[in-house]
Formats: sequence, C-alpha cells, structure tokens
Amino acid sequence: MQQLYIIIMRVVILVILLFFTLQIDIAKLPELNKIQVMKFDQFRPYLSRQNDTMYLINFWASWCAPCREELPAIQNAEKNFSKYKFKILLVSLDFPNQLKTHLLPFIKSNQIKSEVILLDDHDQNRWIDIVDPGWSGEIPFTVIYGKDFREFYSHSFRSEELDSILKLKLKLL
Amino acid sequence: MKRQLISLVSLYLFSVPQVFSQGYNVGDQVLDFKLKNIDGKYVSLSDYSSAKGVVVVFTCNHCPYAQAYQDRIIEIDKKYKLKGFPVIAINPNDPQIVPEDSYDNMISRAKEKGYTFPYLIDETQAVYKMYGAKHTPHVYLLQKEGKNFVVKYIGAIDDNYEDATKVTHPYLADALDALLAGRAPDPSSTKAIGCSIKDKHNEK
Repeated sequence: MQQLYIIIMRVVILVILLFFTLQIDIAKLPELNKIQVMKFDQFRPYLSRQNDTMYLINFWASWCAPCREELPAIQNAEKNFSKYKFKILLVSLDFPNQLKTHLLPFIKSNQIKSEVILLDDHDQNRWIDIVDPGWSGEIPFTVIYGKDFREFYSHSFRSEELDSILKLKLKLL
Repeated sequence: MKRQLISLVSLYLFSVPQVFSQGYNVGDQVLDFKLKNIDGKYVSLSDYSSAKGVVVVFTCNHCPYAQAYQDRIIEIDKKYKLKGFPVIAINPNDPQIVPEDSYDNMISRAKEKGYTFPYLIDETQAVYKMYGAKHTPHVYLLQKEGKNFVVKYIGAIDDNYEDATKVTHPYLADALDALLAGRAPDPSSTKAIGCSIKDKHNEK
C-alpha cells in the first residue's frame, strides 16, 4: 500500500514538473517569434520615424566580436534611459540560416532585452548607402537619431561614451 | 611671399597624411608596398611587371564574410591570372586582437584551402590605411598604366555572400571583364557588409 502511495506521489510530481517545463516552453515561444526577418524596404521606416522619440539602431551580428563587446553598453543604456523617450533596435546581420543555431541562442544566453530584427537583404550595395552614404559596410555600425539630428558611429561603444552621447541628445546635460 | 611659401609647404606636408587617412579613390595611382607572404618572402607590386594589373583583396581568416568568399577568391585568381590580373590577398588585422588571424594561422588556412595567390600580412597595418580599406573582404582592382598601378574598382566581390550560385551581380568579375575589354568598370565602386578591420588604434 505504502509503495503504491509513493508511486502515485512520484507520478504527480512528474506531471507537475512536466507542466512547468511546458509552461516555460510556451512562454518562450512568442519571444523567439519576435525576431522578424526583414528585407531592407520593410526595415527602412525604422530609420526615419517622425516623432519625439530618440532611436538607436545598431547593426551587428552574433559572430562579430567588437559587436558583442559593445552589447553590454547598449543594454545598459536601455536600462539607464528607460524613463525617457528612447528606443533601441538591434539589426542583426547574422546569416539567415544561422538564426536558430546562433542568433536565438545568443540572444537567450545573453538575456538581450532590446528589440532584435534580422536584416536579410543581399542588395547591400543599395541599402548601405541609404542608411548612410559615409558607411562603407563594416560592423558594428550605429545610427542615433531624433527629431533634429542624425549621427553615425562605426566603432564599439563603451558605456560611459554611449551614456554621455545619449544624455547630451536627450538634453539631460 | 615668405609666408605664402611657408603655408604652401605646410599645405603640402600636412595634406599628405589627410590623403592617406581617407584612402584611395578610383582613378588614384597607388604607392608600392612590401609585405611578408606566407612563404616568408616579401611581395611588392613592382614584382608584377608583366601583369596587366592586380586584384588586391583585404581579407582574413576569422571573419565569416571573408570565409564565405575564400573559394570565390581562388576562382577569380585562377581565371584572371591567366588574363593578366592575379590576386594578392592581404590580412590587415592585428593578431593580438584576433589570434585566428596570426601569421601561423594564415599559413595553415592558405594550405588548407589551397590558396593559389600570395597571402600577405600587413604587420604595421600601414598598407590597409594607405588604401582606406574598412572591412574584410574589401577589394581594390588595380590596372597598370605605364609603370604605375591605378585604382579602377573598389568594393565588393559580388552581391550574395551566402550562395555563390545565386549571385546576380558579380561586381569584381564584371569590373575585370570591363578592363580586359578596354572599358572602365561600371559600377566602379560598390559596398558590402564586412568585419571591421581589427586595429588597436581604432578602438576607443
């Protein structure tokens, strides 16, 4: 009798555990689907939003070392300036066939909170110039823009540098 | 008069580094370089006196974009060296930042892939700066005019890093064919995404 009781208890525990695992999986799925794969023309409106929000658009890839190095600075900025009208978009240039094997695991393990899209458009010769005629195509590359300014950066940010640029642009200094 | 002369001299002196830092444009005549090849010998443009020109490719081991083009660069070299335009590959990265791009690793990669062209190391990182290369891979197609080499095309190899069979614009091959047919390449410059060149002096 006691043995049966133990078995029933174990089954119940297993079912509960299974339930939680599934819950977690279900909770994660929409997260993964959030990464939209876009052609340039779909993405283009993000470069010229006309409102009172300031945008930071960072071109990067999970395999790019200097891009990875500056991600903590960008994630910090997202946290530090969350009370202001400021939005970050990470535009991944990862290989589209590595979305599931590289990009998603990277985003998960680094707990990236910013919005991420994957730009999959081979006509780089066309769209690099549209982003910035002064950009030669090296990554990382960052565009920061607001109502009355647009600036381009082609180096890895450190937190202090990025924060002081953002403070200045948000007129907090 | 003296003051004008001084300002002219200083203009001359100080405008030179400016040109260097911006790099070459199409139409510019290039200076020669002397860089160490993977076989330990040094290679210069002046070694190519019988060529019609050269395809200078700034590339490296570690960058996935550069890796995607390794085989295509071999194909370009095999095809166009016979027509007078051999490839010279130059690794511009500082191996202290990217160990995968060290001289020894360059030797192994060239062996492994069977590179048919020199693979030079830009040890002082002066040559990539002189050219104005910004990323790997980054191509400078040079044509010989008299004794000088002149830039005729700058930019990408083609428009599909993912799949060589789906290329719609083989920019570099088109530029080479144009030169061989006596025409100026059109477009004479293109852009592509690539890995930034790893240089301590560029890090902030």
